[in-house]
Amino acid sequence: MEAINNWISCGGVEDVLFYVFAALTLLCGILVIANPFSRNPVTSAMFLVLTIISMSGLFVLLHAFFLGIVQIIVYAGAVMVLFLFVIMLLDLKEELRRKIKMFGLVAGLISVGTVASIFLKSLASVKTDAAPPALEGDTYALGKLLFTQYTLPFEIVSVLLLVAMIGVILLSKKKLE
Amino acid sequence: MHVGLQHYLAVSMILFCLGLLGVILRRNLLVMYMSLELMLNAANLALVSFSRFNNKLDGQVLVFFIITVAAAEVAVGLALIVALFRKRQSAHVEDLTSMKL
Repeated sequence: MEAINNWISCGGVEDVLFYVFAALTLLCGILVIANPFSRNPVTSAMFLVLTIISMSGLFVLLHAFFLGIVQIIVYAGAVMVLFLFVIMLLDLKEELRRKIKMFGLVAGLISVGTVASIFLKSLASVKTDAAPPALEGDTYALGKLLFTQYTLPFEIVSVLLLVAMIGVILLSKKKLE
Repeated sequence: MHVGLQHYLAVSMILFCLGLLGVILRRNLLVMYMSLELMLNAANLALVSFSRFNNKLDGQVLVFFIITVAAAEVAVGLALIVALFRKRQSAHVEDLTSMKL
């Protein structure tokens, strides 16, 4: 009992949860882009939903509670429903297992390798400070910052949403003039 | 080993590379779009972990804005894909080569 309490208080549970959520995120991310069992876009979309949900678990582990919930509501709730709606609307046929072109594979691996090497270089220079962080990303703190320091960007984003709405309505009209 | 900033950044990096690979290798417009979302999410994770480990809330506000912009972007992009599908009856990039010389 004593040992378990000790383990919990020094953050052992959070470490284990991090590894669980990280593994889940990466596994589902792989299944989004390369599923060995199905080429159906619906399967990809479902695995993207799982990726987003496990990523919101990571957000909660980082004490970003508000963003974790927003991630689920906006991404898994609204954006992915839109995706699924469009997939159903388009009535795509099962994608044939096209052979991946050699050129595409080489180009992809080169570009990903370049980006990854840059990332690894900068990852090695991240310094780890011993002091445990004490930041809480709850709704109150985030809302206070949003409505004091970031009021202008907030208003601009609302205009952006309006523009996107009008654009979508114009784009999806039957006849494009 | 205690989980720190580096662990979160490594997850974010791998996720970003997966998304990039998906955009380059997959030929379905919708799946490419989903890979783009994956890349955006990887950037969000990096921002949140930086904000947590630097004790500044500004990174989380930026993530909030990114989520909003991503929602707008998805709406416009999917409308474009639907309009394209109506004209061409296809959502494969290999069938959309009319701008090729």
